[in-house]
Parts: sequence; structure tokens; C-alpha cells
Amino acid sequence: MSPFLTLLARDLKLAARSGGSAALALSFFALVATLVPLGVGADLHLLARVAGGILWVGAVLAALLSLDRLFQGDYEDGSLDVIALSPLPLELTALAKIAAHWLSTGLPLTLLSPLLALMFNLPGPAILTLFVSLLIGTPAVSAIGAIGASLTLSLKRGGLILPLIILPLVTPAVIFGAGAVSQTLDGMAAAGALQLLAAFSFAAVLLSPFAAAASVRLNLSN
Amino acid sequence: MISSLTAEKLACARGDRKLFDGLSFRVRAGQALSVVGPNGAGKTSLLRLIAGFLTPVSGRIVVKTAGTESDDADERGKLIGWLGHHDGLKPQLTVLEQLKFYAQLYDRPLRPSGTSPVTTGEESSGALLERVGLARQAELPCRYLSAGQRRRLALARLVASNRSLWLLDEPFAALDTAGQALVAHLMAAHCGQGGIIIAATHDPLGLGNESLRL
Amino acid sequence: MNWLFRYANPHNFMRLSGAVLPFTAIATAICLAAGLYFSFSVPPDYQQGTTITMLFIHVPADVVAELAYGAIAVCSLLSLVWRHPLSDTAARAAAPFGALFTALGLITGALWGKPMWGTYWVWDARLTSFLLLLFLYLGYMALWNAIEDETRAARAAAILALVSAINLPIIKFSVDWWSTLHQGETIMAGKLAPVYLPPFLLMMAGYTLLFLTLWMIRIRTAIVERRARNLMVSA
Repeated sequence: MSPFLTLLARDLKLAARSGGSAALALSFFALVATLVPLGVGADLHLLARVAGGILWVGAVLAALLSLDRLFQGDYEDGSLDVIALSPLPLELTALAKIAAHWLSTGLPLTLLSPLLALMFNLPGPAILTLFVSLLIGTPAVSAIGAIGASLTLSLKRGGLILPLIILPLVTPAVIFGAGAVSQTLDGMAAAGALQLLAAFSFAAVLLSPFAAAASVRLNLSN
Repeated sequence: MISSLTAEKLACARGDRKLFDGLSFRVRAGQALSVVGPNGAGKTSLLRLIAGFLTPVSGRIVVKTAGTESDDADERGKLIGWLGHHDGLKPQLTVLEQLKFYAQLYDRPLRPSGTSPVTTGEESSGALLERVGLARQAELPCRYLSAGQRRRLALARLVASNRSLWLLDEPFAALDTAGQALVAHLMAAHCGQGGIIIAATHDPLGLGNESLRL
Repeated sequence: MNWLFRYANPHNFMRLSGAVLPFTAIATAICLAAGLYFSFSVPPDYQQGTTITMLFIHVPADVVAELAYGAIAVCSLLSLVWRHPLSDTAARAAAPFGALFTALGLITGALWGKPMWGTYWVWDARLTSFLLLLFLYLGYMALWNAIEDETRAARAAAILALVSAINLPIIKFSVDWWSTLHQGETIMAGKLAPVYLPPFLLMMAGYTLLFLTLWMIRIRTAIVERRARNLMVSA
């Protein structure tokens, strides 16, 4: 197994064993989705209207929950020093961690979304669009989140500042993703929005590892 | 294989505080250097400088390998086996999983126990754990290890990384007499194979080596 | 780049900025005074009536808010590539003013919205983009304050500033796209009549000079503060 896959497999194993961060993210996601009808009323028409936006925002917030520990655990127990001296470049280390985070949170959130969308009375084609948009868009959240996680990895209360840094940067994903859903609802083609989302996500996954690696390097110099 | 490491007039500062200046030394293959000095003198910083985590304010570090010379930190990093202050172990992983992870990460996968070596010198995970005295704990999650056992596992990881330039921060810390003898034994073996050791320590390494006072 | 380094060391900066500062301060006062006078004395617009005055106060604030983020991004690049300490100080010093001008743009935009649309806040593309810009400023300043070690804080903030600067046009594009999707209204329509140009340009110059003046003062303060601290440490 290559060093990249080795690190990816270890991070997945850790995510699965540390009380199931995926389960926490999923519960949070479902809880947010439950609170919205309680807040705005059970008008199914209204709920279908806001479902795309609410579920996208909920998914982003749920993915943020576990982000602050992305590098922090390895930083605090000294693993990051050993990993940094391995043959794996820090950029690929960051990419492996992004992939592990997406597989353990972004993907499960995406898989749960159709069920929540049904509860929001979203019609079939719009559910499909929501599913596809989350599938394409959540990697961008993990990737941009990795930048924030690496910038705050030495902070004891990094979990507080991380959302402030990350949320403005992921707005394009929310806009294109939720926009695609509302276009489908209005009977328009959502392909354009999904393409924009895919381009954004691709660029984020491609470029974020460099920023994250630079910031990890900075944090190793202490 | 590494043939020597030379530090030329190194200066290091943390924030506005100067730690050391004009520091020069040379270590050749098969030699060990112990770095001694009071707390806060910059022992760990010197190790982190050599590892390339820190950049010196001035001066350079040159590594000679088989005729070539380089002061590039990334090149140097590929030779380094690191044993830091922290052990770098995950409480959720078992001893064997942890060891295998680092061995594979360093592209030196360990042979499963009970199979025969393909190339000479290739050690099995079982034999390595046996050597550091953790054979019985192989399937135990690291969270149940004592501080000394964690240190032993970190040592196994260091050996498995198969690097020629060892940087050790307080290698004897948390270890009992038997553990300290194990460290001395591993270090002697490493130098015997032509490796280099630079260790920040309060105790003598017991290798008849030179020491550098900060 | 050598010329830049020659003028950008703290000592030369103090000398140069000390000489320039009185002039920029006076120019700021003149531009703003004249600009405000003209702003209130122009004939009412045929569409917007007297609220056209708001345009002279609102639009320059938005422009300077973006300019300040550009300044932070350039300083961050200089800091990351050439490790130049003064550029860290400059980047950090620009942020509060950038945030201030962004807030000013948002407040004046909201006040303008009341007579125009009958409501203080519309989710118009421009206003929404600036709200996001305000959050970028807040995050940038929060990161600076959160990291104790100053050199590390500087480099982390520089990385964030560059990432945000790359993302900013994408955010603006996505907000524009979103706004057409939801048929939002836009504030700016048509070209500015020639009679409105003098107050507009004067206010633009006044805001820009005000930002530059405040920025220089803050950089100078930071340099003096560091010197004082070093003196205390070595004493």
C-alpha cells in the first residue's frame, strides 16, 4: 500500500474508532433538519421551497463539526512531526486528510440527504439534484475546511475561530448547490449550476492542499 | 548512506530571543553526538533545525552522502529518523497497527510474522516487537500502554523507518533500567551500521561519543 | 524588488511617511470637505431625487473596502515570498480600516435602501457581497488575534488573506449568479450624469486618501510600539 493510501486508511480507521465522528455529524444534520419545520411551521409547500438551502447549510455545518481535529490530533501527540519526515509530501498528506474527512463525513451526509429531503416534501427530481450537488460540492467543504484546520491547528480554541474563517469561503458551494435545487424545483435545467459547483469543487480540492501544507509547515516551526 | 553532517555557524532565534549563535560541529558516519545543556538552551530547537522544521537565522547544515553534498532541508529530511518529545501514538490503534502504519508510511513495509524474508535484513513485525519487548502487547490498543511501553513502541517505529540520521529528543525519558539498556543497545547497533545519531539528553549516551554543550 | 526593500525597512518608512503624512492629511480634509459640499448641493436626480447624495457617500466606501483587501493581499504575498516584516505590519494595520469602510458601505447602503425600496435591507448582489467581505475581514482579524506568537500569526494570516483573495472574485461571481436566479434588484443602473462627477470623484479621492492616511498612522504606531517593547525587554 502506498504511503498516501496508508495515511488515508489510518485516518478512516481513527474516524471510525473515535466514537464515530460520522455518526455525530449525521445526528447533527438530522437534528438541524428537524428543528427547521419546528421553527418555520409545517407548511409542506414552504418546506419544499427552503429544503435545498436548509439541507445544504445543515450539511456544511455538520461537516465543520469534526474539521478542527483534522490536523490537531496529529499535531498534539507528535505524529505530525513523524509524518512530515516521511516520503509523503505534506501536500499529499493534506490531500489524504481531506479525502478521509470527506469519506467519513461528506459522503455519509450526502447519503442521508435524500431521506431528509423526503421529509421536506421535496419532489423526486429535486431530491436527485440535491443528492448530486452534495456529492459534487461536499469535497470543496472538506478541502477549504482543511485550510482553516491547518491555520488553527495550534489553537486550543480553534473550533471557535474555524467557522468564522471557513464559512465565507464556502459560500459559492452553498449558492451553486442550493441554487441547482431551486432551479430543478422551478422546472429549469440545473446542469449549469452543477457545472459551476463542480468547477468550484475541483479547484478547491486541487489548490487547498498547497495552502494547507504551507500552513502545516508553519506550525511545525515551533 | 550518509557519510557526514556538518553544521556551519548556525544561529537560531525563537521570537525575539536568541538561542545560540555561531554553532558549528561535524558528525561522521558511525558517530553519535549528544547535545547537553540546561532547559531552554535550545536542544530541541537544534534538533528541529536539523530536521528542517525550523529555519536557521544564519548558517547552514550540510549533509554528505556517497560523494554528493547538500544543504537542502527536504533532501535531509529523507534521511531522518525522528524520536521527538511526544511518542506520536494513537490511543485507538493497537501496537501492531501503529507500527505497521509507520513502516508503510515510510515505504518500508514490515514482513508479517511467520513469513521468510525476501531480502536480507528485512525484519518481521513480530521480531521487531520482540526486540523492544512488546511482543505480548501486539494486539493491545496503545491507550493501555504505560509511558515506558509507549516509548519502546516509538523506538520500534524509529528502527522500522530505516533512516540513517537519527534525531532523538531525550531518548531515555520515561524508561526503566532495562528500557535504557535497550536504547543504548539500539543506538550502538545503529552506529555500528554506519548511521549517525544526534541526541538531546541529560544522561550520557554511553557510546564514548562527543558531546556538544549549548 | 530591491527598491522596494530599500524604502520598506521600518526606519526609512518612518522617515518617508512622517514627511508625507501632513500632506495626505490636509488633502483628505480638503477632498472630503469639498466633496461633501458638492454632494449636498447637486441638483436632485430625476429618478432617485435627493437620495443621489447617498451614492457619493456609499460607493466610495465600497471601493475603498475592496482596495484595502487588495492591499492586504499584496502585503501578504510580499510577506510570504520575501519574508518582509514590514509587510506583515502593513497587512495587519489595513484590516480594521478595511472592515470599517465595509461596515460604512453596508450602513450607508441600508440607509439608501429605505427611501429607494422602502426597506433597510434588500438581498441585493452588491450588499450581499459586501456582507461576506465584512466576514472575511472579521475572520482575518480574529486569526491575527488568536495566535500568540507574532511571526506565526503573521504567516498564518497571510496564507488566509491570499486564499481569500483568490476566492473573493468567485464569491462575488456566485452572489451575482444567485441574485439573477432570485431576480434581485440592483442599486446601480445607468450612467452617472456629468453634473454628478465632481462630487463623486472628490469623495472617491477623499475616502482613498483617508484610508491611506489612517493606514500610515497605524503602521507607524505599530513600529513605535515594537521599538518600545524591544527597549523594555532589553532594559
